[in-house]
Amino acid sequence: MDLAAVLTFEILNGVATLVLISVGLAIIFGMMRVINLAHGEFLMLGGYAAIVATNHGVNIWVAMLLVAPLVVGVIGVIAERLIIRVLYGRMIDTLLATWGLSLFFIGIVTTIFGNTVAGIGAPLGSLGVGRYTISLYRLVLIGIAAAILAVIFVALRRTRLGLIARGTMENPNMAAALGVSPPRVYATTFGVGAALTGLAGGLLAPISGVLPTVGAAYVAKAFITVISGGTAILAGTAAASSLFGSINQLLTYFTTPVIGEAGLLAAAILLLRALPHGITGKLFRGSL
Amino acid sequence: MLSVTDLHARYGRIPILNGIRLEVAAGEFVGVLGHNGMGKTTLLKALMGFVPAQRGRILFDGVDVTHEPPYARARRGLGYVPQGREIFPGLSVRDNLRMGFVGRGTEERVDAILQMFPRLIPLLDRRGGTLSGGEQQLLAIARCLAGHPKVILFDEPTEGIQPSIIEELVAVLRRLHRTEALTIVLVEQNLEFIAELAQRVLLIQKGAILRELEPEELRQAGVLSEFVGV
Ligand SMILES: Nc1ncnc2c1ncn2[C@@H]1O[C@H](COP(=O)(O)OP(=O)(O)OP(=O)(O)O)[C@@H](O)[C@H]1O
Ligand SMILES: [Mg+2]
Repeated sequence: MDLAAVLTFEILNGVATLVLISVGLAIIFGMMRVINLAHGEFLMLGGYAAIVATNHGVNIWVAMLLVAPLVVGVIGVIAERLIIRVLYGRMIDTLLATWGLSLFFIGIVTTIFGNTVAGIGAPLGSLGVGRYTISLYRLVLIGIAAAILAVIFVALRRTRLGLIARGTMENPNMAAALGVSPPRVYATTFGVGAALTGLAGGLLAPISGVLPTVGAAYVAKAFITVISGGTAILAGTAAASSLFGSINQLLTYFTTPVIGEAGLLAAAILLLRALPHGITGKLFRGSL
Repeated sequence: MLSVTDLHARYGRIPILNGIRLEVAAGEFVGVLGHNGMGKTTLLKALMGFVPAQRGRILFDGVDVTHEPPYARARRGLGYVPQGREIFPGLSVRDNLRMGFVGRGTEERVDAILQMFPRLIPLLDRRGGTLSGGEQQLLAIARCLAGHPKVILFDEPTEGIQPSIIEELVAVLRRLHRTEALTIVLVEQNLEFIAELAQRVLLIQKGAILRELEPEELRQAGVLSEFVGV
């Protein structure tokens, strides 16, 4: 019984982590078809922003929930202005440019903070479940991941901005003919995607610590999740995160983390063989 | 209202528009008639700003919009009902209509628009992509009207539409022109449709305005064969 509870917790935790690290990427890729190779570094920058702010006396929750997304959101808007916008529609050039951007961020952060792990202690404590203990902070993370998905859903579904975003995603020229400025929509989208990524980086900093090169550890999983998710940004991210998160955590629990990661990769390869357009490529056409 | 001088446009190195001259007064209904590939769509795209003007000038409501992006022209009141209708396929009919409002930042009054298009009322929650061609055409017009345009550019609204709905389209366009006092530029291959509605008709050939006709002339065998003959 306790084991079942703990396993469920572990799985939800794995799912939540995948949701957090990939949702910003899913938004940027899903809406703009821009492959942002600096995604991992956006996570890393969010982590450093939270750590630096906390170390300077900012409340840790404020640092994670506000400072991290704000800092990375602003960085994202600037990157969109200077790089992404100029290369829009040129996929290879965008890949190269964002790769360059990622190296640039790694370089800067290494220069400032050195190539060592930085971290902050996780807030809240732990909770006993029979013979086991689970971290309350990780429990909160599960809630936050769910809340992020819910907020995005409502924003896309119920707000004017969400409607404009959905319309522009489907047909940018027609949206423009109706008075929508696609460049502004893209700038906003990129900023929001970056901010969510920064938020994820901040929230994960207490758990995994941060290193200038930590982005590399995240970026592959994030891309796998987004590609496997398919066209529907939210449903896809949620479905792929659930699938891979479960596989990863179960394997990790019963064997080792390395096998857990390998299992995740294997599952992704099999899935994309069977469903080249991802989980939501055909099944959920038109959903969010 | 719309004044175009010496408009040139090209795709890559292929010139498509070769010095279009076009004057449309406020409240006018002007037809542009031309065969496939003569540059009708390109002309409207250039007017909207989707195809850049290589040379020439476009004045809209007294303002030079030649180098403005499409969304800026749309906000000035230039409406566009494109060929192929370009309905947002994944958005509901209601959201397609709302796009017409939110883009130009006008107040959302879906119900008011629907009075003119009762056929759309039972379809409001359907996905745009599941509508028939005729329904999509009505939706495209309604969506355009939502933004309160001053001028509407129509690109072959009768293409692929069955006769009964064409009659409905005639009624709708006539009403837009007469009752709503909108200025309309209608690009067509359908002679009857254009003769029924337009006050003047311009013949476009190889990207230039060949000549101007009275609508009555379209019904005369001589002119017709000349047109069909070109
Ligand atoms: N994107 C494009 N790239 C290159 N050439 C194009 C493009 N779009 C149109 N053309 C060419 O430009 C010419 C004019 O096309 P346009 O679409 O303006 O014709 P049209 O009069 O609207 O024809 P239709 O009645 O078939 O709609 C055609 O020869 C067409 O092949
Ligand atoms: Mg055409």
